[in-house]
Amino acid sequence: MQSYIFRKKNQITLISGILILSGLFSHFALENATLFTWSFIIASVFGGAPIAIQAYQALKVKVISIDVLVTIAVIGAFLIQNYEESAIVTFLFLFGSFLEQRTLNKTRSAIKELTEMAPESALKQMENGEFEEVEVDEVDEGDILLVKTGAKVPVDGTVLTGKGHINEASITGESVPVSKTVDSEVFAGTILENGTIQIRADRVGEDTTFGRIIELVEEAQDSKSEAERFIDRFSKYYTPAVLILSLMIGLFSRDIELAITILVLGCPGALVIGVPVSNVAGIGNGARNGVLLKGSEVINDFSKVDTIVFDKTGTLTVGNPEVAEIVFYGANREEVLGYLASVERESDHPLAKAVLQDIGGTTFSTVEETEVVKGGGIVAKVKGHRIAVGNVALMEKENVALNKNVQRDVERFEQNGNSLVLTAVDGELKVLMGIRDQIRPGVKQDLQKLKKLGVKNLVVLSGDNQGTVDLVARELGLTEAHGHMLPEGKSAYIEKMQAEGQIVAFVGDGVNDSPSLALANVGIAMGNGTDVAIETSDVVLMNSDFSRLPHALGLTKSTASNMKQNIFIAVGVVLVLLASVLFSEWMNMSIGMLVHEASILAVILNGMRLLRFRLRGKNQND
Amino acid sequence: MQKAIIQLETLSCPSCMQKIENAVKGLNGIHPDSVNVLFNASKVKVDFDSEAIAIGDIEKAIEDLGYPVLKSKVKSA
Repeated sequence: MQSYIFRKKNQITLISGILILSGLFSHFALENATLFTWSFIIASVFGGAPIAIQAYQALKVKVISIDVLVTIAVIGAFLIQNYEESAIVTFLFLFGSFLEQRTLNKTRSAIKELTEMAPESALKQMENGEFEEVEVDEVDEGDILLVKTGAKVPVDGTVLTGKGHINEASITGESVPVSKTVDSEVFAGTILENGTIQIRADRVGEDTTFGRIIELVEEAQDSKSEAERFIDRFSKYYTPAVLILSLMIGLFSRDIELAITILVLGCPGALVIGVPVSNVAGIGNGARNGVLLKGSEVINDFSKVDTIVFDKTGTLTVGNPEVAEIVFYGANREEVLGYLASVERESDHPLAKAVLQDIGGTTFSTVEETEVVKGGGIVAKVKGHRIAVGNVALMEKENVALNKNVQRDVERFEQNGNSLVLTAVDGELKVLMGIRDQIRPGVKQDLQKLKKLGVKNLVVLSGDNQGTVDLVARELGLTEAHGHMLPEGKSAYIEKMQAEGQIVAFVGDGVNDSPSLALANVGIAMGNGTDVAIETSDVVLMNSDFSRLPHALGLTKSTASNMKQNIFIAVGVVLVLLASVLFSEWMNMSIGMLVHEASILAVILNGMRLLRFRLRGKNQND
Repeated sequence: MQKAIIQLETLSCPSCMQKIENAVKGLNGIHPDSVNVLFNASKVKVDFDSEAIAIGDIEKAIEDLGYPVLKSKVKSA
């Protein structure tokens, strides 16, 4: 019976409303007092039943809930034969709950839509070579899958044959299709808009980038900020306090109507719902736009940031450096380049990749006794020669003499914005290479947007030489630039800024800079799918899209301000209602319930505005 | 020990969370500290002893309070 009533709650609300309307019709049109009274009595009993059952269930588990307050108020109104009040209050409470559910579900829909984008099936190549449709859970790493036009890519994989355009909005928030050919990487949850491709599954299920995004967004939804935890604790005591207050007022004033009106007015709905609604809508907007915000506390911290520190390579620059200038000292160029390439093959540093790419085809030799010098480079033995490859500091450490000509070349290379790679053979400098990275397109404009959003300090910290970082800082209009920084130097610098009272966000690629990402008030990773980036940071910009950074900051500022607006609406409404009941004639239970429900809907609708947030010029909602 | 994530149709009132938390904590085989009712996600997370209680019993306790369960995911804790 109980579950039947719960299931039919919406129909009960509708019938209750019809009974109230027919009561009013009997009163005003038919002037039939008996019909009027009985319509309201039946509406009260009918509408009050689900509320009373919920109140009973709440008391059974020792909770004084809103249902308990409303049930007592309705019973009170019924006993003093104020059937209009009891009927209208139950109807408004039920109808309000119905609207709240609908709008809250809509607010949560941004995240629900994302999880529903997860692929469910895949066309897998079976032993006989044919492709058969299977559940996505039945796909293992290494399986060959067929993806047809319009289908979702079921796993993270590599294209083996075919070509096409893929909409990667579910991963990056960017809906412009990306061209994919053989050897391209494809991601689960993205959609093949045209063409047909065969892929090899590299990561499946929860290990895919999309799987991790969903997990992170769900975890973000689950987390609570300090403000939310406070409001939860507050509401635990607030509702019983309202009940006690109403009882005391009833006892002292002997005015039952006033006592039950207080019960209705004191319901804490809007206050408790306001903050989480803003958070969930903010996180939802981020998830749709390639920004992963890991929880409500992150939103709060990020909105207050006044200093943003950037790693250079892969953050402000595209992270694909190329050799721009080269000077040889002495003969045997081919031999020296062979030594250099052999040593650089041992490293996965971006500069080493650039060197290898520039040298191209050469004869590699066996490398022995490799020693990586932190913040310097590599020293190794090749064919009995001691080869040192690295920066000026390494050369000094190796006692390699840098004559005046070399020093002039070094200075010139630095002024041109090059990172330096020097190669010495048996303590003698042989090659100086200048390697340059391109600044990401659009970064300058994005940094200006950050300034407009109130960020005072934009700082670059890099392991690169001072000349290069100064050039980048000048070009981008940064406030500070510091070169020759090791990862521990960067985190020490962040600690120093925090000690000075700055609220610092660190933006990096998350590979070398996890200490800084963890230490900063907000760690922001340029997440191109690396585990470290996603794990260590508080915010992830999917697909390393720098333009998402101003959006993320604008969104968190709007979300934080939206929360404050909701608290203001909720507290304001309770204060106005209480003042009205004490100092005015017009307040009664029905009006109180109407205003109470309206305030709940107002905070939900206000929170929902965040779902449509777009950064336009300055920080504003559209 | 099992970990359950129970997805509810909706959680629209703040006291719903307290009701569900208290009701689930009161069941046999439940680890009381593990009960977490999440308003934002309309979810209940709980660790339970599958030999003492079935997931269906936990779902029923929640549904009896008036909150329909959409689906549950159970995995080893």
